[in-house]
Amino acid sequence: MQAGGLKAQGITCRRGDRFLFGGLDLRLEPGDALHLVGPNGTGKTSLLRILAGLLRPVAPSGDIAWQGSCGYLDGRLALDEHLPLDKALDFWRALDRSPPLPLERLGLDRLADIPVRFLSTGQRKRAGLARLIGQGADHWLLDEPLNGLDSEGAALIEALIAEKRTAGGVVVVASHQPLALPGAQVLDLRDFPPSPSGKGRGWGLDADTEPPPQPLPTGEGLS
Amino acid sequence: MSTFLTLLRRDCALLLLGGRRGGALLPVLFFLAVAMLYPFAVGPDAPLLAKTGGGVIWVAALLAAILPLDRLIEPDLELGLFDQFALRGISEEGVVAVRMLAHWLSFGPPLMLAALPASALVGIDGEQLRLIEWGLLAGTPGLAALGVLVAAITAGLRGGAALGGMLVIPLAVPLLVFGAGSLSVGGEAGLALTAAVSLVLLALTPFAAGAAIRSGRG
Repeated sequence: MQAGGLKAQGITCRRGDRFLFGGLDLRLEPGDALHLVGPNGTGKTSLLRILAGLLRPVAPSGDIAWQGSCGYLDGRLALDEHLPLDKALDFWRALDRSPPLPLERLGLDRLADIPVRFLSTGQRKRAGLARLIGQGADHWLLDEPLNGLDSEGAALIEALIAEKRTAGGVVVVASHQPLALPGAQVLDLRDFPPSPSGKGRGWGLDADTEPPPQPLPTGEGLS
Repeated sequence: MSTFLTLLRRDCALLLLGGRRGGALLPVLFFLAVAMLYPFAVGPDAPLLAKTGGGVIWVAALLAAILPLDRLIEPDLELGLFDQFALRGISEEGVVAVRMLAHWLSFGPPLMLAALPASALVGIDGEQLRLIEWGLLAGTPGLAALGVLVAAITAGLRGGAALGGMLVIPLAVPLLVFGAGSLSVGGEAGLALTAAVSLVLLALTPFAAGAAIRSGRG
């Protein structure tokens, strides 16, 4: 489909006053997959949005180069809630000039007349997938794609990701659920702590040293 | 070009009379309600009504333009549409420009039509009515642009709709001064100045609103 993947260097992410991670380098070749793991609040979604070009990483670092177009799927469908599913998808099909969508494969063929707001969580996820497939982007960025999906849906996502990789696409997935991604790199953003200045890694320690564990806010010690 | 038409078709389906996002009739009804209430409040003094009615129609038009503010940008931001546009290389400026056009279509021409019965209610006809219609034609695009701009700036804020109304009013004062002013002065000078203010707002809004949407992303 295309040659080239993703090269990103020195990404540092700040949300408000807080630095989430720093000095992150990524290099993904065509067909590669990256699985982002880590607890809530470590910046998985922020990294996906940075890679999608929706958030700006902290200057002067943050050099991100994609070869090819990117599709992004998160919890928001970007489909008009009051419209029947096929009409809502038609808007994106017209924008993307996409071929007919594989609604049957996604288990949506019987839902075409149902307004989007009446779809269940899992059905909404499938509708989002339909929009993503219709976009025909070279690479995929998926934020918690398994949320609300049944096991059949999870297998479907794994199959779709495998197909995308076979076609030479890069797939980056942030997911808490286990996901079969053969040969995928796994990235835990806790391995890239920001320095207090927000540049580079490691709290001024050696790059290999774990950062000091942050004390959890508890009620102790207030008395 | 086909991107533009696809966007415009969706915006019109949502915003125009009978649109699914609802409330497109509300500005017109509000406008007519003010024109109807004014003679009741002032009393049956025909010369006074005719003298001041034009200004009231302008104030009503301005306030009516505020009503749809909260459904212009915010719902699409919540649904994640602007993110998906950005991924496809469709600029926020372009989306906003299309939205301005659809918003104007949804309340500009309907207000101009409603101005006919409204003028009758306050006893305006002839030359004054002509000036009101031309003035609304020159001024409502500016009001539409201002509405979209403020909607983009306040999208995502708590109480954004109420704040939006408060922001539009002072910024719309030039339109009101020239538009309603042209009625008492007569002639085309006031209309030309109204149109000039509108053009400035039309030119400025796509860039300012686009920047607001981008900086609000997070």
